[in-house]
Amino acid sequence: MASRLSLLTDQLKRTLNENEIAGLKQALNEITLETPAAHWQTVALKLRDQLGFESCLDVCGVDYSEFEDGAWQGPRFAAVYHLLSISNNVRLRVRVFCPDDNAPTLCSMMDTWPGVNWFEREAFDLFGIVFEGHPDLRRILTDYGFVGHPFRKDFPVTGHVEMRYDEEQARVVYQPVTIEPRELTPRIIREENYGDR
Amino acid sequence: MTAEIRNYSINFGPQHPAAHGVLRLILELDGEVVQRADPHIGLLHRATEKLAETKTWLQNLPYMDRLDYMSPLSNEQAYCLAVEKLLGIEAPVRAQYIRVMYAEITRLLSHLLWLGAHGIDLGAMTMFIYCFREREDLLDMVEAVSGARMHAAYFRPGGVYRDLPDSMPKYEESKLRNKAKLQRINANRDGSLLDFIEDFTNRFPARIDEYETLLTDNRIWKQRTVGIGVVDPDRAKALGFSGPMLRGSGIAWDLRKKQPYEIYDRLDFDIPIGKNGDSYDRYLVRVEELRQSNRIIRQCVDWLKKNPSPVITENHKIAPPKRDAMKSNMEELIHHFKLFSEGMHVPLGEAYAAIEHPKGEFGIYLLSDGANKPYRMKIRAPGFCHLSALDELSRGHMLADVVAIIGTLDIVFGEVDR
Repeated sequence: MASRLSLLTDQLKRTLNENEIAGLKQALNEITLETPAAHWQTVALKLRDQLGFESCLDVCGVDYSEFEDGAWQGPRFAAVYHLLSISNNVRLRVRVFCPDDNAPTLCSMMDTWPGVNWFEREAFDLFGIVFEGHPDLRRILTDYGFVGHPFRKDFPVTGHVEMRYDEEQARVVYQPVTIEPRELTPRIIREENYGDR
Repeated sequence: MTAEIRNYSINFGPQHPAAHGVLRLILELDGEVVQRADPHIGLLHRATEKLAETKTWLQNLPYMDRLDYMSPLSNEQAYCLAVEKLLGIEAPVRAQYIRVMYAEITRLLSHLLWLGAHGIDLGAMTMFIYCFREREDLLDMVEAVSGARMHAAYFRPGGVYRDLPDSMPKYEESKLRNKAKLQRINANRDGSLLDFIEDFTNRFPARIDEYETLLTDNRIWKQRTVGIGVVDPDRAKALGFSGPMLRGSGIAWDLRKKQPYEIYDRLDFDIPIGKNGDSYDRYLVRVEELRQSNRIIRQCVDWLKKNPSPVITENHKIAPPKRDAMKSNMEELIHHFKLFSEGMHVPLGEAYAAIEHPKGEFGIYLLSDGANKPYRMKIRAPGFCHLSALDELSRGHMLADVVAIIGTLDIVFGEVDR
């Protein structure tokens, strides 16, 4: 396992140009590659055709704005791809940051891995990351006519609107939420070695 | 004179029994031939991943049961493995055996439900009743160990909640059951839970034969499934398929063998693969998986009977201390209080843990910034990926085949919509 990972690291360094690798690290028996958004398309093709990553299993949108309680300096949005090579039995995680925080955009991987279709729609729906070149970038999980991108950190868990049946109008209406947001267990990051004897 | 011929669209679901849940499907038909299928999902979307960001690491565990609610323990296993990977710990060996045994029991549960429901979709009514007969015993096993039949919350980061019980709950006398019947149905419940499971593994292969006599060579069954929803191996890989959907196309890929987790590398079992990548081959693969899971369960029972040992980690920053220790020891009391109020802290980092779920590769991607809650949790659900290929699989097939294709995808909306 470990030898396979170091072999993959070497292969990545050999196959990709220097400006295509923004970061490459190995932790917990997993390899994470960071790639600039501008090179992602060519990198993806190299990964698929030269390194044998024939499947893209997952695309995960991430909003880093509150990471480590605001200590985060980098770009706000990223898409994390989990690739699998069935022929070489190895996995790779690729993180691509969206260059523009206000209009997060990445190129679609539909041509490289057709399986990412719905995963990209999901990241668009929940985080507002636009995948350029996606043939059918509609909302997928939220309701018809939903406004906003609910998984962004500035979107409250309670949402902005609630739905109820209105007797007078004899139909379902939307109104601003009436419940108070509450947090039972506060989120805490402890200093290192906290609680160790 | 020629009539004007137009395609027309029909709305299938969201409340249709053959849609296996709340799937709204817009079908564009040319006569009875499907031209385009546009699944609308999200009707069961509960934002589990968003909720997870507001809950502690342990509070998130029961949410896992509610994803693919037909195989709750497998979901929990993936979550526990991901958290354990970040924490850098491993569950005790006995806990790993228990988890694998219950993961395989869950696989039987999931496959039996699939077989019954797929059967009823295609007109084989008896299958549903047969499969639910065995599911009853399997659910009793889950209930005996966790107290709940579906939402068990039994696996925990660092092990399992408690050891297997020494006795099996029995049926009680009622107006509907006389003494003789009671004795008969309680006959295999006299011993421990493990004895009950062992008895089940002895009975089960004959039951699988029964299912096969009904379906495998059945002409109607073959007419409905052979050549339906064919995926060739390269396409299956490109679409990100996993599990029986991939193996049905002839690719020998099973995480239990290829990237073994827990104690799968100590067990003896085979991976069935299909040839043609159609619905029928996937049926055969799943039925053979029932037999293989039965073998695995049997091996786990034998090991568990011989090796009593702890089932959860001794690290009380992760798992609670024993009740009596907590009552007499200040340190343990503090641990207990901190664990259930603030929760455990998971080191900064990211981890992806994937398991061979009954439906395919189920993965949990966790991003932690060192807090007592996940920063981001992503659930990689196999059903989501498989359903996205429905359009491609059903094009050119007849309307009735769409039902067979939805059935063969084995989707559960708890995990598709999350």
